[in-house]
Amino acid sequence: MRPQNEAELAQILVEAQSPVEIIGGGTRAIGDVVAGATPLYTDGFSGIELYEPGALTLVAGAGSLLSDINDQLAVEKQRLPFEAPDYAAVLGREGRSTLGGVVACNAAGPRRVQAGACRDSMIGVRFVDGAGAIVKNGGRVMKNVTGLDLVKLMAGSHGTLGVLTQVAFKLLPVPEASRTLFFDGQDPATAVALMAAALGSPYEVTAASFRPQSGTVLRLEGFDAAVKYRASALAKHLKFYGQAQISENSLSVWADIRDLKPFVGQTGDLWRVSVKPSDAAGILAKAAPLDYMLDWGGGLLWLLLPENTDLRLLLGTFEGHATLFRGKGGGAPSFQPQSPAIITLTQGLRAKFDPKAILNKGRMG
Amino acid sequence: MEMPKANQMIIDAKPSIVVGLAQLLPKDAVLHYLNDTRPYECDALAAYACQPLAVVLPRTTEQVAAVLRFCHAHAIPVVPRGAGTSLAGGSLPTADSVVLSVARMVDVLETDYPNRFIRVQTGRTNLSVTAAVEDEGFFYAPDPSSQLACAIAGNIAMNSGGAHCLKYGVTTNNLLGVTLVQMDGTIIQIGGAYMDSGGLDLLGLICGSEGQLGIVTEATLRILPKPEGARPVLIGFDANEVAGACVSDIIKAGILPVAIEFMDRPCIVATEDFAKAGYPDCEALLIVEVEGSDSEIDLQLALIKEIAMRHNPVAFRESKSAEESQKIWLGRKSAFGAMGNIADYMCLDGTIPVSALPLVLRRIGELSQHYGLGVANVFHAGDGNMHPLILYNANKPGDLELCEAFGNDILRLCVEVGGCLTGEHGVGVEKRDLMTVQFAPADLEAQLNVKDVFDPKWLLNAAKVFPLDVSASRRATSV
Repeated sequence: MRPQNEAELAQILVEAQSPVEIIGGGTRAIGDVVAGATPLYTDGFSGIELYEPGALTLVAGAGSLLSDINDQLAVEKQRLPFEAPDYAAVLGREGRSTLGGVVACNAAGPRRVQAGACRDSMIGVRFVDGAGAIVKNGGRVMKNVTGLDLVKLMAGSHGTLGVLTQVAFKLLPVPEASRTLFFDGQDPATAVALMAAALGSPYEVTAASFRPQSGTVLRLEGFDAAVKYRASALAKHLKFYGQAQISENSLSVWADIRDLKPFVGQTGDLWRVSVKPSDAAGILAKAAPLDYMLDWGGGLLWLLLPENTDLRLLLGTFEGHATLFRGKGGGAPSFQPQSPAIITLTQGLRAKFDPKAILNKGRMG
Repeated sequence: MEMPKANQMIIDAKPSIVVGLAQLLPKDAVLHYLNDTRPYECDALAAYACQPLAVVLPRTTEQVAAVLRFCHAHAIPVVPRGAGTSLAGGSLPTADSVVLSVARMVDVLETDYPNRFIRVQTGRTNLSVTAAVEDEGFFYAPDPSSQLACAIAGNIAMNSGGAHCLKYGVTTNNLLGVTLVQMDGTIIQIGGAYMDSGGLDLLGLICGSEGQLGIVTEATLRILPKPEGARPVLIGFDANEVAGACVSDIIKAGILPVAIEFMDRPCIVATEDFAKAGYPDCEALLIVEVEGSDSEIDLQLALIKEIAMRHNPVAFRESKSAEESQKIWLGRKSAFGAMGNIADYMCLDGTIPVSALPLVLRRIGELSQHYGLGVANVFHAGDGNMHPLILYNANKPGDLELCEAFGNDILRLCVEVGGCLTGEHGVGVEKRDLMTVQFAPADLEAQLNVKDVFDPKWLLNAAKVFPLDVSASRRATSV
């Protein structure tokens, strides 16, 4: 099914009696797909509806290709703030990411520590719910507290509450320059402490990541003279952790971290774990991964484990959550099981937005 | 403004309800004599007041849960209250309601600088959250004007913003986790000291839900390192349009100021009379503040100056010291006081696309003529969040109604140009009946459905946010 407008989409969902699988670019879906679900393509909803560089706002169809949007914004030296990743390679998928897909999984790259996730930049949505009702929420202005915030609810709902047709974002200017600081030779606990010291400094670190093979990397962005000053001030602030190498040109380093390049082609299950940064080292000790990467100052762990390993059994109870991102995980559900009270609320919301239980049924447990 | 008819059976049962509540709480935590409950009859939207049945002042999450369980079992409406600073009537009681105030829940539960968060009870005031962490060089970013008085509970309920949210975002962007008590007394942890909470974004849904989905008793808040410094410039223009164009050019140039504030002539004149900040005699002025080290600030201010000069400003004042900064901010910070000195006023907070600014200001001027009421505009220009202040005389019969009609026309205009009814104050009762201007029936139905899930009996703050006729069939289930 390939609706070309909201009315067609609404008609499809009014009539649908069996499961529907929403397909954007087909690059990032995680979790189970119900066998026999009818594919519903969103490419009929593409293109920019409104772009006001002077107001830092963009409204576009949910089926728009992320790459097209990025290109258009680059013309005005602007960008989506949250550094949307491209997971096609690491998940071994063809296809190209769409805005709707990015929203559905609330994606965010390394800049999350400063600019928030996709949901933090979202200011409006239009969607069609599972019963065929066309709904809008939020709008095209940055500050809006009118009514309940369904914009946030739709972000990260993995297509379980409705089919997105339009999304609106606030944007940020692309900074004139960036600097990357490299520190060698830390163990993970020291690396997390280093990143905490950096993120707790006034120098506006926009990313902090660690790999055992390449050490800790920190990023600064802004006007050239400003980042030059901040790079040297930050290096001085962190001299306890060793001498920083400062690079002026390391965009590819951050693109690789964002898109999980180190795990492309490596065999094994890939898990994504969100915790308090200072808990990261303890998680690593329990998981004993084949390979790993820390992002968001240690708050996000990417763990490569032997095929068919249920990470949650290794970790036991912990504060945070683990998502099976790639692989079978020993049959573990992809999404972290929630507390009974939250399950009740989640089921209640899904029953309201998707009363026939047809939308992306296998997702989110 | 209409409120639902109070349930007489509940009012008649007051004695047994008070006894029941008293069994659940410490001795001093239930107020029911009129003299004691009077302070809770209204919030900062003081035009409307109603004595509640009783007021409870719990100290712990468990006490909140006990009260809600009791009220749920007896179908008693509950009105949550933070510090009572809502400009939208968010905590206006009904005569058959129990007001649940979190004012005694003010503890800091945990501060964690390496992980950059603070966990507090939500009765704590906004400013005292920053006060708890500033010695370590941190601050809590959302800064509503009422930050000295307003509580975190209310900030979460209304998703409060402030002057500095252009750079740092609003409450929802700085909230990591909450302890929520549902109307049936269930206590839920949502999110925590980590960045993603997994599952549906219930945290995002609760933030800004105006106390309709549950009562937030504890919150984990993101704290940020304080910048090295901050300094403003003041720029005066001879037309609103030019000031608007300058804002747009600053943003397009890749500068991200922490604040861009706008004042129009009536507001400048009034504040000058009141605060004597030495503002220039002009049609519109901007205060633009940037952050960083001294050299970074100089760099950004030089760029702003270059852009401003292209628009032929009638004044350009750059702060070189803390004292000069204070002077630049003095007028802006006294604006509301200055207006209050002239007359009663109603403060609106519709948001518009920045590009619509000249049109909207012109139309507001025309409406002001039409209604014969003065209006001054002061607002956050970077994000289009307007604060028109309509002047009226509360003692003059009919003036409040006239003022409200004027305000409604302004809000309709905001929606018409692509904006919204409220940018940071919330809907409450004030903008409740305009919701159908911004939302189609299906849009509202989706929101009502969410409330059904969290509060099936519609007991929590049920007379707010949605027009009464829209929520009528659902509220009927509670009686």
